[in-house]
Amino acid sequence: MRPRATHDIVLASAVLVAITGLALGVIAIGGHPVLPALAALLRGSFGSPFAFFSATLVRATPLILLGLAVGLAFRAGVLNIGGEGQFHAGACAAVTVGLALGGSLPRPLSILVTVAAGTAGGALWAGIAAILKRSFGVLEVISTLMLNFVAALAVSFLVRGPLQEPTHVYPYPPALNPSLQLPTLAADTRLHIGFLAALGLAFGLWWVLRTTARGFRLRVVGAGAAAARSAGRVDVTGVVTAAFLASGAIAGFAGAVEVTGVTHRLFEGISPGYGYSAIAVALLARLHPLAIIGTGIFFGALEAGGAAMQRDAGVPAQFALIVEALVVLCVLAIDRLGPRTSEGTQ
Amino acid sequence: MSALGAFAESSVRMATPLAYAALGELVVERAGIINIGLEGMIIAGAFGALAGTGFAGVAGGLAGAAMSGVLVAGLFAIFVVGLRSDQIITGTAISLLGLGLTGALYQAMYVDAGVIGRTTTMGVWSLPLLRSIPILGPAFFAQPALTWALYAIAPALGWWLYRTPAGLALRAVGERPAAAAAAGISPSRVRTFAILFGGLMGGLSGATLVLAQVGGFAEGMSAGRGFIAIAVVALGRWTPLGVWLAALLFGAASALQFLAQAMGWSVPYQVWLSTPYVLTLLALAGARRRSVAPAALGARATE
Repeated sequence: MRPRATHDIVLASAVLVAITGLALGVIAIGGHPVLPALAALLRGSFGSPFAFFSATLVRATPLILLGLAVGLAFRAGVLNIGGEGQFHAGACAAVTVGLALGGSLPRPLSILVTVAAGTAGGALWAGIAAILKRSFGVLEVISTLMLNFVAALAVSFLVRGPLQEPTHVYPYPPALNPSLQLPTLAADTRLHIGFLAALGLAFGLWWVLRTTARGFRLRVVGAGAAAARSAGRVDVTGVVTAAFLASGAIAGFAGAVEVTGVTHRLFEGISPGYGYSAIAVALLARLHPLAIIGTGIFFGALEAGGAAMQRDAGVPAQFALIVEALVVLCVLAIDRLGPRTSEGTQ
Repeated sequence: MSALGAFAESSVRMATPLAYAALGELVVERAGIINIGLEGMIIAGAFGALAGTGFAGVAGGLAGAAMSGVLVAGLFAIFVVGLRSDQIITGTAISLLGLGLTGALYQAMYVDAGVIGRTTTMGVWSLPLLRSIPILGPAFFAQPALTWALYAIAPALGWWLYRTPAGLALRAVGERPAAAAAAGISPSRVRTFAILFGGLMGGLSGATLVLAQVGGFAEGMSAGRGFIAIAVVALGRWTPLGVWLAALLFGAASALQFLAQAMGWSVPYQVWLSTPYVLTLLALAGARRRSVAPAALGARATE
């Protein structure tokens, strides 16, 4: 397995170099001075402890969680690109339950209930697509995408309808009760314990995929559903559905962590496309849970630095989106991704 | 105009960009390729239409839209046909790239440069007698040229698909690429041309949004039409006339919000906005009979 790992590191480095070059090209073509833009990018992402802990890592948290959600599904051959919608569903469920709870329960318990509600919300939203796939053969790529649009509209409805703040002026609900807000890791940072949860989940998934029979079945199904069914007598449909739901649950968890840890309320556009960026995060990490931590932080830095670039150097906000798309295309071009992805789904 | 007449008119209007994108996607899928990157081609076409009108008015806009769509489709073809990459992952990246690039270019070339990104819109052509049919007359026979062109494109595509050797070659590649290759057809070539045609139609879909409807560009104005078009193809059962009718049905679903407004129905507007997406899910669930879909759809090229 060693040559494989070396190969992956070389591949990832090559992609990073290619991306950096292309990204510089994008800045230059846009007519922006390259050096000040780059300086802003670095300053906003790694330039100070505050930039790193309170911008980069805070943005990396949902990217790592959603990256794990994408990675888990893709490993099983489920092309769940509905992380965005499942994230929104999780945020909606967490905020709905959180607002109902208020300050009625002790803090750890109320956080637990709220986050659990978000996790269930994400699984439920993915469950719609899972049922459509299982019973009607609907391609999950399209169904999850459609559900992304519906989820964004559901957020829009909730924040202007049932959950709207009492004066009915602003399109958002009241802030969550302080007892529902995740503790931060230090007094002067925005970084919350959700980041540690993301790291823990990455290690947990790595462990499950690597050592357990359940993880082995999932990998076998992703590698070749027909072979898994005939040679391994694996319940392919069951594994696929379970992976789909687990993936949705992780994405919903990410949404719940975002509202309890960062925003403390629900609003339209609460995800600036995290669910789509996560596809690039997972692919660049070659779907490996531990590598997703690294690529998630890389993309978190890109988002944080991109925001600084827009603020200080006027580079359009779409910069991060373009770079993400280029990452995926570079990975495809260099490696064509092999059979880990969609060939297992039949 | 009565509320119902306005509803019929806006149904046809909303259906036009979907019909272009879906007729293009139909040809691509008949060659065995599923093009999730269509969204990127539509938004590229919309931006190309805006840029093109700056040079040569509406004609320039159409040319710019078509070229932009084909360009993005060319990139998709390099990966999917040339490198035999996974169609769905490539398509997702192409859609992201199209949305990001057009947004950044629009920001740099128009917003930051202080240029107002408005275009002239196409005039409405109407047929004197047919126009006066109640409700449906104005809806179908008083529309911009791009809508009229569909009345020719859909039947012509049907004739081409089922009555010409090239159409047969396309269908063969989508059903049984190996057999087509044995018969001397190059699946790669057929697929490349199909993808480029899909890009052309996707570009024209974007042109419809800019030149016939909005009169300007907005970031992300494709609003998921590329994905809805894929569902339209399934609901239309992979035939040109079926696809055109399915596009009309989706257009009607999108137009429901206007009817609801006019009738004063007190349902949250988000419900109406979500009907096309929900309808897509229902259509795909109902289009399960697999024998209808091209047999090699989505399979990675092996030869």
